[in-house]
Amino acid sequence: MTPLLRAPSAARMALRTAIILLVFVVAFTSLLAAAYLWTRPAIDAAAAAEKMKLIGEVLPADLYDNELLSDSRQLAPSVALGLDEESTAYLARKGGKPSALVFEAVAPDGYSGRIRLLLAVAADGTLLGVRVTQHKETPGLGDYIEPRKDKNKERPWIRQFDGLALALVADREWRVRKDGGRFDSVAGATITPRAVIKAVHKALQYVAENRQQLFAASQGGSR
Amino acid sequence: MISREEFSQIRDNGIWQQNTSLVQILGLCPLLAVTTNLVNGVMLSLATIIVMAIANVAVAALRNLIPHEIRIPVFILIVAALVTVVDLIFNAQFHELYRVLGIFIPLIVTNCIVLARVEAFANKNPPLQSAFDGLFMGVGMLWTLALLGGLRELIGGGTLFSGIDMVFPALLPLQLLPANYPGLLLAMLPPGAFILLGCLIAWKNWVETRAAARHAGPGSHQAPPVVVSDSV
Repeated sequence: MTPLLRAPSAARMALRTAIILLVFVVAFTSLLAAAYLWTRPAIDAAAAAEKMKLIGEVLPADLYDNELLSDSRQLAPSVALGLDEESTAYLARKGGKPSALVFEAVAPDGYSGRIRLLLAVAADGTLLGVRVTQHKETPGLGDYIEPRKDKNKERPWIRQFDGLALALVADREWRVRKDGGRFDSVAGATITPRAVIKAVHKALQYVAENRQQLFAASQGGSR
Repeated sequence: MISREEFSQIRDNGIWQQNTSLVQILGLCPLLAVTTNLVNGVMLSLATIIVMAIANVAVAALRNLIPHEIRIPVFILIVAALVTVVDLIFNAQFHELYRVLGIFIPLIVTNCIVLARVEAFANKNPPLQSAFDGLFMGVGMLWTLALLGGLRELIGGGTLFSGIDMVFPALLPLQLLPANYPGLLLAMLPPGAFILLGCLIAWKNWVETRAAARHAGPGSHQAPPVVVSDSV
């Protein structure tokens, strides 16, 4: 290209190519960094809104008046919740008094892997609601645990848990009907609901056992 | 500028002649994973169209600055950076749409369709042509994935448009087969996608062979279609 150099040496060529590549890398990395910084606030706000929307599905809005996302406590890893890492729980308060707890649990034994759940339990131990937040169950078969995918739009499967409590349902009834319990399931896909029912049951037991700490009014009592 | 002839050639190539899924057999990985229903197939294709058009334009505009020897790393850099920027902007500005399309956008980074078009087309053509190439390659993918997703969904569960309520909350999926249809799990799983994709390729080749036979008259021989294939 340069008339002065008829055959540029290999080293020169390599250097030239490396510099061009470097320029591209710097240019596009800056572009990425700029895009990241520019979009960060909007993405954070949207993520918080989405979290609140999900919490809103399990926790009725009239049960709390506090800033839920900032009233959180860390839960230690526990077998009962199926979690091997710390998780965040949110304490709902009404007029300053703890009214409900929103927390995560995992059903480790789904048909294909872990099923993540979000639960809301009232201070008196009543289960306010459960939602599946993440799963890998077979599309079109086991995914009816997600109300969006459930063909029964009137009363999605997952709503069977609404309003239940350990005091209302005996231990042996925390099973699908097929196994002698009280929960419906779809024929051909019972492993998935079994896992969810077991996880919800264990989570309720966990809340019953740790009620004092979980619903402690001060955040200093977080475990 | 772009001539009428050039435009229709790019269009026909993208939609039929060089269809990414049926002829080039590119991007099988997302294809298998995503086309469990029609809506997902369409959504992945829409995300791909957006990314491919933008990446094609960017590469076409920069094509004279990119040395031949290092074009592949530079293409990967450009495609990956643009996909990430598109992902971030979608997340920030069109959050509702992002919730639907969002999971598909990162899948595209590794999708060799984008890299293939950048290398085969945008590297040698001006931005406008490249934009149309990206668009129509995407449209070709769109109808193929929609068909494949629709078939899998119908055979697998007897429904059509499941998940449409995620895109348009007012619409409901159609239950085409009786509600007690047991479903065919195979169609939902990746092997079912392979089998159905094979059937679609066979159908396309059959249509073309027939058209060629009619065109050339009986007795003439048609050269077998060249299949350009690639991994992933």
